[in-house]
Amino acid sequence: MSNQMFKKLGTLIHFIWRRDRIRLFIWIAAITATTLGTASSFSGLYVNENERQLLAETMINPAMIAMVGPSTGLDNYTFGAMLAHQMLLFTAITVAIMNILFITRHTRADEEEGNIEMIRSLPTGRLSNLTAVLTVALISNALIMVIIGAGLPLLQIDSIDWNGSILYGAVLGATGFFFAAITTLFAQLSDNAKGTIGFSFTLLIVSYLIRAIGDVSNDTLSAFSPLGIILDTHVFVLNDWWPLAILGMLTVLIALCAVYLHAIRDLGAGFFPTKPGRVHASRWLQSPSGLAIRLQRTGIIAWAIGMYVLGASYGSVLGDLDTFFVDNEVMQDFLAPIPGVSLTDQFISLLLTIMAMIGTIPVLLSLLKLKGEESKHRLESMLALPISRYQLLGSYFMIAMLLSIFMNLLAVLGLWSVGNTVLDNGLSLMTLIKSAIVYLPAIWVMVGVAIVLLGTTPKQTGFIWLYLTYSFIVVYMGDLFQFPTWMKKASPFGYVPQMPVEDMRVTPVLSLFVIAIIMMIAGFLFYRKRDLQG
Amino acid sequence: MSILKTEQLVKRFGNFNALDGIDLTVNAGEIYGFIGPNGAGKSTTIRILLGILKATEGSASIFGLDVWKDAVAIHKRISYVPGDVNLWPNLTGGEVIDLFMKLRGNSNMTKRNQLLEQFSLDPSKKCRAYSKGNRQKVALVAAFASDADLFILDEPTSGLDPLMERVFQECVLAAKNEGKSVLLSSHILSEVERLCDRVGIIRQGKMIETGTLHDLRHLTRTHLFIETKQPIPSFEHVGGVHIVETNGNRLSIEVDTNQLDEVIKLVSSFGVIKLKSSPPTLEDLFMRHYEQSSPGGELS
Repeated sequence: MSNQMFKKLGTLIHFIWRRDRIRLFIWIAAITATTLGTASSFSGLYVNENERQLLAETMINPAMIAMVGPSTGLDNYTFGAMLAHQMLLFTAITVAIMNILFITRHTRADEEEGNIEMIRSLPTGRLSNLTAVLTVALISNALIMVIIGAGLPLLQIDSIDWNGSILYGAVLGATGFFFAAITTLFAQLSDNAKGTIGFSFTLLIVSYLIRAIGDVSNDTLSAFSPLGIILDTHVFVLNDWWPLAILGMLTVLIALCAVYLHAIRDLGAGFFPTKPGRVHASRWLQSPSGLAIRLQRTGIIAWAIGMYVLGASYGSVLGDLDTFFVDNEVMQDFLAPIPGVSLTDQFISLLLTIMAMIGTIPVLLSLLKLKGEESKHRLESMLALPISRYQLLGSYFMIAMLLSIFMNLLAVLGLWSVGNTVLDNGLSLMTLIKSAIVYLPAIWVMVGVAIVLLGTTPKQTGFIWLYLTYSFIVVYMGDLFQFPTWMKKASPFGYVPQMPVEDMRVTPVLSLFVIAIIMMIAGFLFYRKRDLQG
Repeated sequence: MSILKTEQLVKRFGNFNALDGIDLTVNAGEIYGFIGPNGAGKSTTIRILLGILKATEGSASIFGLDVWKDAVAIHKRISYVPGDVNLWPNLTGGEVIDLFMKLRGNSNMTKRNQLLEQFSLDPSKKCRAYSKGNRQKVALVAAFASDADLFILDEPTSGLDPLMERVFQECVLAAKNEGKSVLLSSHILSEVERLCDRVGIIRQGKMIETGTLHDLRHLTRTHLFIETKQPIPSFEHVGGVHIVETNGNRLSIEVDTNQLDEVIKLVSSFGVIKLKSSPPTLEDLFMRHYEQSSPGGELS
């Protein structure tokens, strides 16, 4: 029996590890390094208990609790309490994402690609691949637990002791493996990889939301969310291991369930019924732009929510800015006080720059989707129809341009809707919008560069991301690192007047606008002329 | 009257000559077979015809319009089916067919549903769930449901089963009966032999042979299966004979067409019991062209 089910398990474990070792290494290294790095930076940021307590005061508000979790440790905000409060939830979510992607890749995605069929045609057990995947996931999560559990105490920071550190690592590992088990289950239920990832992420997001609502209003509710359960350990404050035991049992149950379902199902089949799709195209799907929107629908919605949440979370800290910045040297280097300008305005102008640059990402992603379509050889069928290249590029271009306006307005709206409630004097929406739209020409220059790349060297479109990253570093961190001015001027974002602190300057904004248009026209002409990859 | 014409078409990718002076003519109302091994330049030629690649030199026109400059106008009147159909995994087959039909602008719903039935394709499935053959059916349904004047088909049946292959052949012949023209690039020589009025063979970016199958057969050898009373010792002094197989008194030979008379005279002197002759198949023609100079690439 066990020979039937688990033959060649060891070989497959080795094989899966071999295929993913670099990817897993990067994930694990990034997660552990971020945690250890943040912990060790605390002592530099907050010198004494007073400062930590001041910071804690700013955290006691519903927005903050909804975002990072309950406020148990805030009465005595030690370094340990601070780490668990600010980092644990988001690190756990990152570990969960790592597991969702890893499990999907090696279960349903591999099955869809036909790789599992090959493996199963060889003398391997029916459950070998699945158990091998779970084993590698277990090892990876255990590695995170060990590195963090042993690494934190070695930093020798006050209040970060062995007991709490091991629990901290265990919480991350357990969350990771819980989501590995859940994803394995969804991989049996859904019959495609997209569904598996979709269900798993939905569960993750719902867990987060239930916990957020529960933490603000009703603690019992949080107990129904795995993310709520893990925060109930109150690492470095109460160090309660019980919630982990419950989560562990739940994990084992779900994993066994998944393995059982895998054993009784046909290869390629799922347990959720696949409802037949549309037999006819809807009236939205009747043009190149309709198709382009349809293909990016999920991404656009996700980014829209993301941009609003980004603005809202920045808005939530506006109320406590002074406590944040007073007596904090690193922060003051970051944002040198300017006489006659309020700290809030100054901070907002910085936020608008950041949001404009982050808002450029969905715009470029949307435009470069066309390049993805080309490399997946899907343009051939489109261009064999009576559709011109201008029309094709034009539809992606129009969507990108609309997104540039839409995404930035959403971020501003998020900033305003929350900021307005926490600030005593309120915020003017009009001022915010005016200050944000002056960034549009800079975003359009980025669009222009991307179109020129699309039209000339489609293989090098990745350059635009490098350029955006460069812009981010020089414009955002420029004052901190004291870069020379010309470096800032090499980015379109370096020319935008930083309203509301600075006054509007028409010349640079208009110049950016003109440059953007010239590049767009050139890009379109190039795109018309070049060979397309079929 | 020619409906599609290329003259000395050259395409270079860097130093590599993908096409080296292709002359190709498809006449109105005919089915033209375009054959050659992988990498010979069939798809490159077709992509130039579709205005996806730009010819380095030479000219190509469809309906008298330039394939590069007037691509959109041309595409209103053509239908294209690629060999490797790449579709959007999250759209259903029905949605893709409708989208293609809508974008072309001259299609017919009754015909669409009729074709779906003929090809027994389930349009409610997502494209990611289709096999290669089913993806090809999506493209074929969208193509044949249109009212195109010219069909450009690039190895359209590589994933179809023999039953569907027959449905495909019926569709092509029906299109021909309606006076439409077809450019059919294919690996399946029996298909080309059955459907095509004229054939062009391409090798290493050059058209090496073109004409009707009848014309081409004259250029080559005839198959003879012979059984004689006495074994024939040798064909040495006849020439133009290629022995395929000997089995005692039974022989299978290929004879250059102009030597046929000599060979029959010789064979008859040994007492013929059985004589069967068959025209060379397209495959024979094809293989012969490729055997002549080995670096022509492999058949797949």
